[in-house]
Amino acid sequence: MGKFFARLYLWILLILLYAPLVFIAVFSFTESKVLGSWEGFSTHLYRNLLTGQMQGNASLLAAVENTVLIALIAAAFSTLLGTVAAIGIHNLKGRKKKVVSFLNNIPMINPDIITGVSLFLLFVFLHFSQGYVTVILAHITFCTPYVVLSVLPKLQQMNPNIYEAALDLGATPSQALWKVLVPELKPGMVSGFILAFTMSLDDFAVTFFTRGTIGLDTLSTYIYTDARKGGLTPELRPLMTLIFLVILILLVIINVRQDRLQKQNENK
Amino acid sequence: MGKRSNWSIPYVVFLVFFVVLPLVLVMVYAFQDSQGHFTLGNLAKFFTDKDALSTFAVSIEVALENTALCILLGYPAAWILANKQYNKSAVTIVLFIMPMWINALMRTLATAQLFTMLGVTLGKGTLLFGMVYDYLPFMIYPIYNVLAKMDKSYAEAAVDLGATPWKAFWKVTVPLSMPGVTSGILMVFMPTVSTFAISEFLTNNKIKLFGTIIQENINSSMWNYGAALAFIMLIIIGITTLFDKDKEQAEGALI
Repeated sequence: MGKFFARLYLWILLILLYAPLVFIAVFSFTESKVLGSWEGFSTHLYRNLLTGQMQGNASLLAAVENTVLIALIAAAFSTLLGTVAAIGIHNLKGRKKKVVSFLNNIPMINPDIITGVSLFLLFVFLHFSQGYVTVILAHITFCTPYVVLSVLPKLQQMNPNIYEAALDLGATPSQALWKVLVPELKPGMVSGFILAFTMSLDDFAVTFFTRGTIGLDTLSTYIYTDARKGGLTPELRPLMTLIFLVILILLVIINVRQDRLQKQNENK
Repeated sequence: MGKRSNWSIPYVVFLVFFVVLPLVLVMVYAFQDSQGHFTLGNLAKFFTDKDALSTFAVSIEVALENTALCILLGYPAAWILANKQYNKSAVTIVLFIMPMWINALMRTLATAQLFTMLGVTLGKGTLLFGMVYDYLPFMIYPIYNVLAKMDKSYAEAAVDLGATPWKAFWKVTVPLSMPGVTSGILMVFMPTVSTFAISEFLTNNKIKLFGTIIQENINSSMWNYGAALAFIMLIIIGITTLFDKDKEQAEGALI
């Protein structure tokens, strides 16, 4: 009986959470301009999206491209900066360690709008013209702390003697770094990269304040401007549906694999 | 390994430049007039501006209600998900986090449209529903993480020693899961106060939240007043983090 209600509760929450997404997906198969009015089944919007032939709205594709590009660059730099920083922080002691950890926490505690406004003021103050570079710098700022927090546990789990042993056995410090330290930290770096990438993809407020006036749009700012203008580009519906499907499939594959690995380990 | 600690230097420089300096600038701009002279005028303007004050009050109210609703709905969900008896697969928890990967603005617009189609007028009710909808996963995940890692034998021991399951839950499980709840509150409360796009879409511009007036001032080049409003928010963040003694634990629960 308890089990039944527990399941029911989860299902009700899931149905509520997914209702808007299903709503978008259903209405991606009709041609109407407005979300919510049905004008017969059609795959026209998908064809428009995939061939890039949209009624004067090719900027949607540019926005998607910007979003992915910015996320990739920001995640790559954050992973590099965050991993080096984590090694440093791990070897710091006492008060210094506390201060750096505290500084690292600030971008995570600050709401997006504070990060966005404060960086906006920085770039204004320095007379730095805003565009791609400022958006990427801003994204690195709020992504790196998550990389640091993903890599630090791996350093704590690692046996520090392995690195020393490599040196004793004749490895140069750089060999020891690439052959011993980096492989040990790799899982943390990968999850840090993924976290940074998704944070960057999903960002709206920080990009909004740091993109300047050169007409740079990511998916979020594109949707915002579009909605403020009054109507959403219909092709956003098939785009969102496709993104949703890709993520769903990826996540299910990753998790089914993890489940299996876990079960194999348990059986050993 | 002694000089390895030097590896933190590039990041410290980066943090000082892109985190500390910008926050100092928020403060500097907040206490300056447009000519760059020191003034308390921006803060005074906020405390005498009826619209800004009521927006501020509404934002805090909505954020409190949203946080409470997220805990009320999210805690049981996290508990069920972490309980092996009810949930054996990791896929279910993924289903709860998955909507976070879809663009939040798009989800919000779809929610608003869904309400309009069902004939519900956009206002306070739809705003709260949409907020809970957007932030619930951020509450479920940290609580789930703490509950899943928790040693179940504490609660079992309490039952063995004569506590009712209900009592064991309230006196053992809930206190032990507090780091997850704190972390969830951190991820829900301040972001709710500061959202701007979401409240505009869900209420058809009827209800403004604090984030919106910051955004409006910055965008209409009223940087000093905008900075002053941001500064007020920074002070609130400072106060809320002071209350949070187990901060490191709480953040550990995020990942």
